[in-house]
Amino acid sequence: MISLSHSKTFKGGVHPYERKVLTENMPFEFMPNPKQIIIPLTQHLGKAAKPIVKKGTEVKAGELIAEQDGFISSPVHSPVSGKVSKITVGANVIGFPKDAIVIESNETNEIVFMPLLDPEKVTPDEIRERVKIAGIVGQGGAAFPTYIKLSPPPDKKIDVIILNGCECEPYLTRDYRYMIERTNDLIAGLRLIMKAVGVEKGAIGIEDNKPDAIIKLTEAVKDYPNISIEVLETKYPQGAEKMLIKAVTGKEVPPGKLPFDVGAVIQNIGTAIAINDAVAKGEPQFTAALTVSGLGINQPKNLIVPIGTPLSDILDFCGGVKENAVKVVVGGPMMGVAQYDFSAPVMKATSGILVLTDEEVNEHEESTCLRCGKCIDACPLNLIPTKLARLSSLEKFEDAEQLGITVCMECGTCTYTCPANIPLVQWIRFGKQRVMALQKERQSA
Amino acid sequence: METKSVNPSYKLELTSSPHVHSRWSTKQAMWFVVIALIPALVSAVVFFGPYQLLIVLTSVVFCVGTEFLIKKIRKRKTTVGDGSAVITGLLLGLILPPNFSLSSTAIGAVFSIAIGKEVFGGLGYNIFNPALVGRAFLQAAFPVAITTWTNPNFSVDTVTSATPLAAYKFDKIFTSIQPMFLGNIGGSLGETSALAILIGGIFLIAVGVVNYRVPLAMIVGILIFAGVFWMIDPVKYPNPAFQLLAGGFLFGTFFMATDWVTSPLTSKGMWIFGLGIAFLVVVIRIFGGLPEGVMYAILIMNSVVPIINRYTYPRIFGEAK
Repeated sequence: MISLSHSKTFKGGVHPYERKVLTENMPFEFMPNPKQIIIPLTQHLGKAAKPIVKKGTEVKAGELIAEQDGFISSPVHSPVSGKVSKITVGANVIGFPKDAIVIESNETNEIVFMPLLDPEKVTPDEIRERVKIAGIVGQGGAAFPTYIKLSPPPDKKIDVIILNGCECEPYLTRDYRYMIERTNDLIAGLRLIMKAVGVEKGAIGIEDNKPDAIIKLTEAVKDYPNISIEVLETKYPQGAEKMLIKAVTGKEVPPGKLPFDVGAVIQNIGTAIAINDAVAKGEPQFTAALTVSGLGINQPKNLIVPIGTPLSDILDFCGGVKENAVKVVVGGPMMGVAQYDFSAPVMKATSGILVLTDEEVNEHEESTCLRCGKCIDACPLNLIPTKLARLSSLEKFEDAEQLGITVCMECGTCTYTCPANIPLVQWIRFGKQRVMALQKERQSA
Repeated sequence: METKSVNPSYKLELTSSPHVHSRWSTKQAMWFVVIALIPALVSAVVFFGPYQLLIVLTSVVFCVGTEFLIKKIRKRKTTVGDGSAVITGLLLGLILPPNFSLSSTAIGAVFSIAIGKEVFGGLGYNIFNPALVGRAFLQAAFPVAITTWTNPNFSVDTVTSATPLAAYKFDKIFTSIQPMFLGNIGGSLGETSALAILIGGIFLIAVGVVNYRVPLAMIVGILIFAGVFWMIDPVKYPNPAFQLLAGGFLFGTFFMATDWVTSPLTSKGMWIFGLGIAFLVVVIRIFGGLPEGVMYAILIMNSVVPIINRYTYPRIFGEAK
């Protein structure tokens, strides 16, 4: 029996209504290729990839269409077989203008794979190189090129690789389905990461609302005594890097520092599977696994779709949007981005599409701050959201800087919990950007 | 395929994250407080008769009316719907002596809202607990009436009309604990029954309106500070249980000191605030000229809340301990 009573966690946080029940028992479905796909050259954090195809080029699925450009960058592969119809400038990508390659898919569905590598014999350098050329980026949301995370600076000693299986965002069940359906592949992926970084210890952090996944993973790692399953309290934002490290290792990542600095490397569940697929199956990252959910969509599903699939195709595949929908969000409800245009394409790191109704959004009128302190109790980083928001609104950026505004990770816990419905994190985001601009000015001065 | 979702006929909301919100709202929290005050209101009627309802009603009507008028005069949106003026009215009514004059009650209510709250800009901006500001004003304006106590309905003692604290202060008589717990003693309307106050107070903590820290700090504080004196001289000084149950301490603990607006934001600050009130209560009761000190203790601590906040910001996650 697995005891859930001593789940580890961090201080603060909130318990939003999960609604994972909408999709958690639905196996992944493969969505058929759409007629047209739009593949942004910036799938990742960093410099855009450089296109190597032109209008009219015939491509197969898995073929390189844009190459890595610089250190923090990542290549892009075609997810379908077809013909490049154009390369557009400033297409709408999840709310931001980005350049993109547009491909009209054909029916042949030919796929080219990379040569297979033997997971037991592969060397750390070969793993890193494969991750790099397969265009793998972090699946947790920030989409940082993964090969860089597998190459920690030599002066940092890494003790542990932690796979993030928290999936603390409400609604989303993608990582949960991965843990259930591809248990062994994800363990294999974790072992490849451990080999690449040269680390003995691995851990998988899972929230205690996923007992089935905990049981399956515990069973799957029983031959690997160096991999532990860490059961964590179900609480938002348990899956934030700093919170996860705190819960698993007890260490706190100092402001402005990285997980490297406390000897940890965090990878998402989906990233581990992508690494396994790249090494053992020779498959570059050209699909996205995501949850389509919310009370405003007719048929909630867990899907595997080609990257570049427009939202409209996915929403149609899920039976269309209900009349009472008020918001369409890409990502989770706590940190996702609201959409205005359904032609926007899915990217490598897209984890969900949510169609929300009034009932779920639960907006109410803003009133004055009553100084109840709920935002302070909830802030996982021990900031004073009410004060930071007020200083930002008064444009007192130096004072906000003093109180640590740049430490904020914008998890939205404060806004979620505020009884006066003050847009706290929104004000803090504004203030944080201004403070960071000030800091840049100071540096260059 | 037919495109069902490209051109929606409805409007989509575009706001930045988070896209979901907790069930909490200011209004809801305020009405929870109103519910939590019902047991105290019932105890007032049980021990002092139905006339007391008129006092509370007068207080509520004048509080709400004052807020409504001031917002009208200042051409601001009316805020009476948030329930906070109703709470101030209830709180003020419940800390007045039984059979207090209705006209004086009305004056106190107007003062509470006008001077205690609206001159600062309304809910959220006031420094002092409005109900206590009104009570302090009435104490100064009607010093005799506000210390004229009626015996409770089930009193065995028909001669003296005094609160347990006054009996101790002026006559060195200790009231026994059981009537103090139930409320069968002299005192302000809603303050006599520890039982009724605890029911409401625990409800507020359970639903999450009140943070447990301030009440716990006050209770622990008064037991410690009163305990020190009691151990020095158990004949001269009352025991900690008496100090805890007497006067307005428990009512102040759960309903006055826990006011969101006028108590500290930080958890460390809440402890300091609660312990500070308890310390001042004991000092005023033992060394002061008045038998009771809860009102002044809370008002004094209200005044230092901004300083407490400033010096108790929590350590940012990851910074050196």
